[in-house]
Amino acid sequence: MNGVSLHKKLEENAGLLIFGILFVSAIGGLVQVLPSLFQESLQTPGTLTRVYNAVELTGRDIYIREGCHVCHTQQIRPLVAEVERYGPYSRASEFVYDRPFLWGSKRTGPDLHRIGGKYTDLWHELHLLDPRSVVPESIMPAYPWLTTRMATETGNIQRKMKALAMLGHPYSEAEIEAAPARLEGVTEMQALIVYLQMLGTTLSPEDAAMDMSMAEGH
Amino acid sequence: MNNQAEYFEDRVVLRLIQFSVVWAIVGMLVGVYVAAEFLWPGLDFGQFWLSYGRIRPLHTNGIIFGFGVSALMATAFYSVQRTSHVTLFMPKLAWICCYGWQVLVLLGGISLLAGWTTSKEYAELEWPFDIAITVLWVSFGVVFFGTIANRKIRPIYVSNWFFGALIIVIAMLHVVNNLEIPVTFGKSYSLYAGAQDAIVQWWYGHNAVGFLLTGGFLGMVYYFLPKHADQPIWSYRLSVISFWAFTYSYIWAGPHHLHYSAIPEWVQSLGMVMSLVLLAPSWATMVNGVMTVSKAWPKLKTDPALKFIVLALAFYGLATFEGPMMAIRSVNVVSHFTDWTIGHVHSGALGWNAMVTYGTFYFMVPRLVGRELYSSQLAHLHFVLALAGTLLYIVSMWAAGVSQGLLWLSVDSLGELGFSFRDIMAGMQPYYALRLIAGLIFLTGTILMGWNLFMTMKGRSPVPCKPMPVAPEWQVAPKNTQDAPAVEATA
Ligand code: HEC
Ligand code: HEM
Ligand code: HEM
Repeated sequence: MNGVSLHKKLEENAGLLIFGILFVSAIGGLVQVLPSLFQESLQTPGTLTRVYNAVELTGRDIYIREGCHVCHTQQIRPLVAEVERYGPYSRASEFVYDRPFLWGSKRTGPDLHRIGGKYTDLWHELHLLDPRSVVPESIMPAYPWLTTRMATETGNIQRKMKALAMLGHPYSEAEIEAAPARLEGVTEMQALIVYLQMLGTTLSPEDAAMDMSMAEGH
Repeated sequence: MNNQAEYFEDRVVLRLIQFSVVWAIVGMLVGVYVAAEFLWPGLDFGQFWLSYGRIRPLHTNGIIFGFGVSALMATAFYSVQRTSHVTLFMPKLAWICCYGWQVLVLLGGISLLAGWTTSKEYAELEWPFDIAITVLWVSFGVVFFGTIANRKIRPIYVSNWFFGALIIVIAMLHVVNNLEIPVTFGKSYSLYAGAQDAIVQWWYGHNAVGFLLTGGFLGMVYYFLPKHADQPIWSYRLSVISFWAFTYSYIWAGPHHLHYSAIPEWVQSLGMVMSLVLLAPSWATMVNGVMTVSKAWPKLKTDPALKFIVLALAFYGLATFEGPMMAIRSVNVVSHFTDWTIGHVHSGALGWNAMVTYGTFYFMVPRLVGRELYSSQLAHLHFVLALAGTLLYIVSMWAAGVSQGLLWLSVDSLGELGFSFRDIMAGMQPYYALRLIAGLIFLTGTILMGWNLFMTMKGRSPVPCKPMPVAPEWQVAPKNTQDAPAVEATA
């Protein structure tokens, strides 16, 4: 029986056709995606990798809500130019508490994975309020409403932390208990900046040391 | 199942076409707005809901799910009835699909402006919408496969394999990629984290492109092109082989979105190799289409609908050649994260998806309402605008993308960066201006089509149309089928 006559069977039987499509299209996922879901190295945190605290988590959710990821990546490639421009390239171990991942697909603005510590809080605030006041040629949008909204309004922080705890993030009872108090009096602008300032700061020193030797020249 | 209606259920097809045209105009209008914000970032007027980060996903979702999926449902319902020689299965459910989907796109769009988003590209809508999509998608499948199960002719026609693959594979991808823990109505956390989330997302993302923006639209080509050219598909054998090769190999190619990222090397390499393999079924399909139409060449001059479909095939060929090239690591190192990707996207989106859809609309609407197209001159003008807009769009984005890619990477002999990010960014303004003009041209064409179709269908409802009888040797035998005669079927 050759391929075409096998096909005759499929194309005369709707049930077989459905099954055939499902089977053939599932193979790739089963061989390529499924094993990665069990790969240890993709889910083991680095020595300094930690969960986001209440304020950082809120900042991260604001980053998502405002769609910063549609213009900014958080993924530094192991290339000389990228390491030079943005800092040590990104490791899988740094992202194990990122739900969802925020690597992005377009760099309309620069990569932000290691933005933490690059500027002062004040610079970020001025920049987010009016990017063109600090970078005249900037095409980044302004985010004036972040200063008037409070971090306590961003979402129910305890429910968020509990949901993440369910997924295995090591939050203690006490931490979840204290979370709302940590957000008291914090604006969304401040929370977002706290998040930006911790981005990329948890790379373990061993990894940072072997950086340049690994980067590919391009 | 016995009290099937006598006439095709074409009203739902016409309604879906109308919605699709509306979403095309809305979605492209938003696209133009997004493009304008690259030049005048103040265009959001300090309003959170006009902010770039929220309206860009509105553009992609509005176009893909509003315009694209409505068009896919319309063409699938139109062609499955005709290729099965039977009226639609559960027509009421088809109407629920039709209106349910429009409500979903509308509310989903509003939710994106409100900041409800998972952030995963093309799967931004939050969990309540994910559930609604699943329900509506399954209903779509029930109507579609139910009609096929009731068919009067033994073979299932080629276009239906592609529509079938669209329904099945998208269902699988959608459910797996959207597994998440809800926190509130508008917020959830992905079941997957970090690098693993990235792998699952691009398994989804690439195959949403593969089975929705490619496979589903190939279903359109396989029905409307032979129909229109009045020729059978050039090679039946080629369509069988390319269908299965396509269905098998697309799934593996997702990791080309993650080159040089923190996912394992072997996954990246496999993604690259399978992307190159994909060139074969993609071009086989294109060749099959072009050869099919080759005997009807004279018709191409006079018929705007056919012109659109054939040009779409050419852009399909372009996008599916460019894609595998961009999947090669040494090319991707330049193109990744730049406007080159945006150029590639829109050579597919404008040149292929939009144009092939326009072709099917110009074909279906006059037939559905039993009246000549209001103005074929206008349709020819639309063709010129669409072609000009697409070319200008992709050329400007190629220029922008290649410059970004090379300038970002340039280092001198001491390893110092050649250019600052800000200078490179500032240099892109002329290209962004050209892209905006391109978008306006393309949008103008689409609006002309909307007007043309509106005038054609104004005051008319679908003319009743009955299934054609099936020749005895092709009829579904009541039981134990004999060997099928080895002749090719055309619908
Ligand atoms: C339209 C796309 C766009 C969006 C959306 C966007 N940005 Fe930007 N961003 C840019 C561009 C372009 C630059 C470079 C010019 C500049 O510094 O303003 C930039 C620069 C930055 C910088 C400085 C990076 C550096 O290394 O100098 C930070 C920090 C930043 N953006 C944060 C954000 C945050 C936080 C958000 C979401 C609230 C955001 N951006 C949304 C385009 C965008
Ligand atoms: C053989 C076929 C194709 C291959 C191998 C392919 C490959 C690629 C590659 C390598 C990228 C860039 C990823 C990156 O660097 O980030 C890409 C992006 C993209 N392609 Fe294709 N492509 C193909 C066909 C198409 C077609 C026909 C369309 C139709 C519209 C399309 C739509 C897209 C979209 C929407 C993206 C952007 C994804 C994102 O980053 O959001 N592709 N493709
Ligand atoms: C008038 C026509 C259009 C214009 C002006 C337009 C404009 C834009 C702009 C400005 C972006 C953002 C690019 C960036 O972030 O740098 C974009 C993204 C996108 N558009 Fe369009 N668009 C148009 C039509 C379409 C159509 C018809 C489709 C789909 C069938 C489409 C699909 C997409 C997709 C998938 C993306 C995301 C690409 C990515 O993430 O890599 N667009 N468009």
